[in-house]
Amino acid sequence: MSACALRVFLQRAAVTRKAAHQTFSQTRAFPQCVTGSYTHSRGINTLTNSLRAEEKVTVHFLNRDGKRISVKALTGESLLDIVVNNDLDILDIGACEGTLACSTCHLIFEEAVYKKLGRISDEEMDMLDLAYGLTDTSRLGCQVCLRKDLDGMILHVPDVISDARVDSEKESSTAPPKV
Amino acid sequence: MMTMITLMRGSVMKIHGLSSASRCLAAEGGVRGLSSSSGPRVCIVGGGPAGFYTAQQLLKARQDAAVDIYERLPVPFGLVRFGVAPDHPEVKNVINTFTQTAQHERCSFHGNVNVGKDVTIDELRQAYHAVVLSYGAEGNRSMGIPGEDLPGVFSAKDFVGWYNGLPSNKELHPDLSFETAVILGQGNVALDVARILLAPVEMLKETDITQNALEALAGSKVRRVLIVGRRGPLQIACTIKELREMVNLPNTRADMLPADFEGIAEALKDLPRPRKRLTELMMKAVKEGGDDKAEKCWGLRFFRSPVEVLAGADEKRAAGIRLALNKLEGSGESVRAEVTGQLEDVDCGLIISSIGYKSIPIDPAVPFDPRRAIVPNEMGRVQDTAGLYCSGWVKRGPTGVIATTMNDSFDTARVLIQDMEAGKLDLSVNKPGAQAITALLQTRGVRMVLFSQWEKINAEEEKRGKSLGKAREKLLDVDEMLKIAWS
Repeated sequence: MSACALRVFLQRAAVTRKAAHQTFSQTRAFPQCVTGSYTHSRGINTLTNSLRAEEKVTVHFLNRDGKRISVKALTGESLLDIVVNNDLDILDIGACEGTLACSTCHLIFEEAVYKKLGRISDEEMDMLDLAYGLTDTSRLGCQVCLRKDLDGMILHVPDVISDARVDSEKESSTAPPKV
Repeated sequence: MMTMITLMRGSVMKIHGLSSASRCLAAEGGVRGLSSSSGPRVCIVGGGPAGFYTAQQLLKARQDAAVDIYERLPVPFGLVRFGVAPDHPEVKNVINTFTQTAQHERCSFHGNVNVGKDVTIDELRQAYHAVVLSYGAEGNRSMGIPGEDLPGVFSAKDFVGWYNGLPSNKELHPDLSFETAVILGQGNVALDVARILLAPVEMLKETDITQNALEALAGSKVRRVLIVGRRGPLQIACTIKELREMVNLPNTRADMLPADFEGIAEALKDLPRPRKRLTELMMKAVKEGGDDKAEKCWGLRFFRSPVEVLAGADEKRAAGIRLALNKLEGSGESVRAEVTGQLEDVDCGLIISSIGYKSIPIDPAVPFDPRRAIVPNEMGRVQDTAGLYCSGWVKRGPTGVIATTMNDSFDTARVLIQDMEAGKLDLSVNKPGAQAITALLQTRGVRMVLFSQWEKINAEEEKRGKSLGKAREKLLDVDEMLKIAWS
């Protein structure tokens, strides 16, 4: 099987695995892009890059330490894929490996860019609701695919809470959910 | 389809494993080539998410640090293995990260070591520059009501442990021959229990739920589950994903009390988005209910606190629960429930109390706050005890999802690193680390399970699962785990 076909096969299977698990869900919505499990596709990506006809687009991540990380990436990749595949120094992102089971790939978009993004599914919204520092232009990186018209966009990596600052006896509305 | 995915997943993991193997050396025997280095040696007590995330951060921040994780069971991963519901396999993907951490050349996992019994905290503190307590919450809050000890009453912790294969819960044998089950508490654990009780067996039969739980649930007569909370809809503690799963559960309908939702519609507009969406979903369930022909139902019940478990006529087991009706006082985040004096009895044969896990003290040398059931600390530094730290639930209390614990563990690791750099920990003293502890344990007849030996258990569980068409069939018996680990 060619490396290209293998990657697509892996991604499709990972989505199917997710779908199989949730066949009972009436509100199931596939993620916009076929992201698959990034740890699996990582090694194969470098093999297929030269075979790809997709376009390269520039994306800027504004990291928590204020530093800007710029990277050229392929259209069709999810923003989480981009961070992982390029080994960007953005910490603690993608705990659930892009399966909509956490909110650690939370990214904040510029308003004009946010409006251009596709519809957000209930499933993504449900997990996004748990993200610390949620804004009106927040999305989960694993659910947003790179497109040519997003060239040059700046993504803000939000701070994660330091729980020591939160009084555990009192719970605020943006505090982390209980188990 | 599932077999194809499982096969493919297996071969893909090998690809990932090869690349990581070429980067890391597995640490064997507790004695490494690095033992003569002068880097800091840190010991972590507890092999669950808090332990692994703390280790991961320490290893990353200090290229000279060696980290050893001690775990009581032969198997790692704590609540990721024993707490996360079987039908939430994606949540368990963090195991891949933990596995990478365990296989890191400067990290080693030591299973089958009971800290507090096989080795003391003081002995660990002598062998390491720093010790981090990450042992979580293995107890549960009791309701403190008469009849709580009657057969038919379980803690959610034990019920979840039962369907997730926790060895100490394998003999639970919950009687599922009653029509109505009542769950006290409305957090995500309570919703998980309700969902597992009412889910069609087809949804569960390919997961890693234990076979005996699967068979018990297949024969279950439970048709109605009430999930009871002492306050109102705006205070419900579960998150929307879990509630949505209940609303979408096949062949079930929602059975709510419209009276519980008086005034809620008016309050919606002022709520922050997450709380608003959650409340809107509940209101939709109140209005739409679901298919009347559905043979199973579930409902949320608000403003009710348990005051007594009622025994049946034979006085031998639980047959019902008496609930006190509350009203809410106060506003905003400090709303509290107060008794009205009214009571309500509900007939039920299965009662599950899901009002919180609880940490316990494991060593008298460690300060413990019995009121809050945590180790007293400032930002992860254990009170009055230099060189001792804590992370996860034992530090902050038993709430939060895995990502919460991840952030918390990273905080503790940062504080520990700061203390190293500020000279608060004397790194000029050479510490023997695992070498000394392994030797000590040997004299006490305690043999450890290394990570590579856990991998034998893992392979066996996957093999057994495959023959049953499941993701894995967990071993339930510690002795059996050890036999396979040391084979």
